[in-house]
Amino acid sequence: MRQFVARRLGYSLLSLLVLSLTIFFFVRVTGDPAALLVEPGASEEDIAAIHQQFGLDRPLWVQYGLFMANLARGDFGQSFYYQTPVLELYMDRLPNSLLLASVAMAFSLLVGIPTGILAAVRVGRFWDSAGKLFTLLGLSLPSFFVGLVLILVFTVYLGWLPSSGAGGPLHLIMPAFALGWYFAAAHMRLTRSSMLEVLGSEYVKLARLKGLPEALVIGKHAFKNALIPVLTLAGINLVLMINVAVVVETVFAWPGIGRLLYEGISFRDFPVVQGIVIMGGTMIVVVNLLVDVVYAVIDPRIRLEK
Amino acid sequence: MSITTESVILTSHLPPDSAAIRRSDFPTIPVVILASIAFMAIFANVLAPHNPEVGALTARFHPPVWQQGGTAEHLLGTDQLGRDVLSRLIFGARVSMVVGFTAVIFAGVIGTVLGILAGYLGGWVDQVIMRITDAWLALPALTFAIFLAAIVGPSMWNIVIILGLVYWTRYARVVRGEVLSLKEREFVRLAIVAGCSKWTIMRRHILPNVVNSAIVLATLMLGVVIVTEASLSFLGVGVPPPQPAWGLMLSDGKQGLMVGYWWLTVMPGCCIMLMVLSANLLGDWLRVKLDPQLRQL
Repeated sequence: MRQFVARRLGYSLLSLLVLSLTIFFFVRVTGDPAALLVEPGASEEDIAAIHQQFGLDRPLWVQYGLFMANLARGDFGQSFYYQTPVLELYMDRLPNSLLLASVAMAFSLLVGIPTGILAAVRVGRFWDSAGKLFTLLGLSLPSFFVGLVLILVFTVYLGWLPSSGAGGPLHLIMPAFALGWYFAAAHMRLTRSSMLEVLGSEYVKLARLKGLPEALVIGKHAFKNALIPVLTLAGINLVLMINVAVVVETVFAWPGIGRLLYEGISFRDFPVVQGIVIMGGTMIVVVNLLVDVVYAVIDPRIRLEK
Repeated sequence: MSITTESVILTSHLPPDSAAIRRSDFPTIPVVILASIAFMAIFANVLAPHNPEVGALTARFHPPVWQQGGTAEHLLGTDQLGRDVLSRLIFGARVSMVVGFTAVIFAGVIGTVLGILAGYLGGWVDQVIMRITDAWLALPALTFAIFLAAIVGPSMWNIVIILGLVYWTRYARVVRGEVLSLKEREFVRLAIVAGCSKWTIMRRHILPNVVNSAIVLATLMLGVVIVTEASLSFLGVGVPPPQPAWGLMLSDGKQGLMVGYWWLTVMPGCCIMLMVLSANLLGDWLRVKLDPQLRQL
C-alpha cells in the first residue's frame, strides 16, 4: 500500500513538474516574457525591474529555479489591474466558484442519476431513447449558448430571473443550470452504464431469485453499488467545474475564478491568467491522486497491479 | 490515469450494447447538414448577399424579415454595426470549417505520430511522451487554450496551432494503446523477422492500422474543437474582429440580448449547435462502422 501511494505520488509530482516546465517554456519561447509580465506601455525601468526580478538575463535553468521558488512560496506575481497579489485575488473568488460548482453539481446529480437509472431499468425502450437524446444534446450544446438562451427566455421575455451578478439564490439558478447541463448528461451516461453492469451481476440475480420485489432489488441492491463510480466522477467533475466555468461565469457575470480569468484576458493581465492555469492544473493533478489513493484503499486489487 | 471531460465526451454517446450497433444506419441528416455548411464555406463569396465585414450604420439592429420592421434586403436582420447577419453566418461557416478541420488534422497528425513512436519504441521515448500527455491532459482544455492564446495573441492561424497543441494528447493516448496491441500481432513479428527496419514497420505496418481509429477520433473531436474555437472567440482570444466567426457574433450579440435582439445570439448559436451535433452523430456512426475496438471504449 505504502509503495503504491509512493509511486502514485511520484507520478503526480512528475506531472506537476512537466506542467510547470510547459508553462515556463511557452512563456519564454514566444518572445520576451518581460513583455507579458509588465503592463502594456510600461517604462524601460519597469521592464528592467522585471528582468531583475525573474533573472531573465540569467541562464534558463536558473530562471526556472527562480520561477519554481516563487511558486513554492505561493507567489504568483502581482496583478496589473488590481495591484494585488494574484493568489489573494484567487482566494477571494474561490468561494463564489465553489458555491456555483456545488449547486451545478447538485443539479447535475439530481437530473443525471434518476434519468440514468430509469434508462438502465428500461433499456432499449422509450426512456432509454429519450435519455440518449438528452445525453447527445447535453454534450453538444455549448454552455454559452445555453446560457444566452436562458437569459433570453427567463430574463428578457419572462422577467423571472436576474441575468447577471451574484446575490440571492435566484442569481444562482441560471448559471448553475448552464454549467450543470453538460455534466448532467455525463453523469446520466455513467449512471446508466454502471447500473447496467450491476444489474447483470450475480448478487442482483440472487436478490431476484429470492423473490424480492423489483423496487427493492433496484433501490437497495443495485443502486448503491452503481453509485460508486458516479460519485467518483462527480468528485473529479466538481474540481473541473471550478476550472471550466469561465464561459458560464462570463455570460452571467458571476464573480468567480472563471470571471477572473476573463478579466485577466480582457485587461491583458498576464500574471492572473498564468496563476489561474497553474492552480487549475495543480488542483486536477491532486484530485486525481486522491481518487486513485482512495480507490486503492477500498479495492486491494488496484494497488497490487503494476 | 486522469479522467477528463473529453474522455467522457468521446466515450459517452453510444453504449456498448448490441441494439446500438445494429442501428448503424447511415446518418443522412447530419451529413447533409455538414455538407451544406461546407458548401456555404466554400462558396461564401457567391452566396453571401452582402459584405460580412462592412455595414451601414443607418441600418443597425434590423430584425429578420418575418418580424415587424424586417426587410427582404436583410433576410436574417442586421447587427450593431448594420452588417448583414446572414452574410456573416455564411462567412462564419468558413472560419469554423477551416479552423475545425485544420486543427483536428493538425492535432491528429501530432498525436498519431507521437502515439506510434511511444507505443512502438517503448522505453524512455514512451516515458517522455506519455508523461507529457498525462500532464497536459490534466489541464482543462479551454483554460490551457486561453493561456496559450494570451501568450501568442489572437489570430485565426494561431487558434489552429493552439487547438492542435491542446488536443493532440487525446489522439496520442488512444493510438499508443492500439499500437501496444498491434505490436504483438503476427504480421508485425513477421516483418521484424523479414528484416524490416523500425521505421518501415511503423510507417508501412502500424500506421495503416491505426488510421481508422484516428479518423473516428478526429470526427468526434471536430465538435469539441469547434466549441472550443467558438468559446475562445466568445471570450475575445479567438478569431479577432471584424472577421465573422460564430463565437464572436454570439459575444457581440450578447449586448443586444437585454433589449430583445434575439437573432444576434440565437442564429450563430444554432449554427454552432447544428454543426457540433452533426459532427458528433457522424462520429458515432463512424465509430460503430469503422472501429470495433473503440466501441468498447
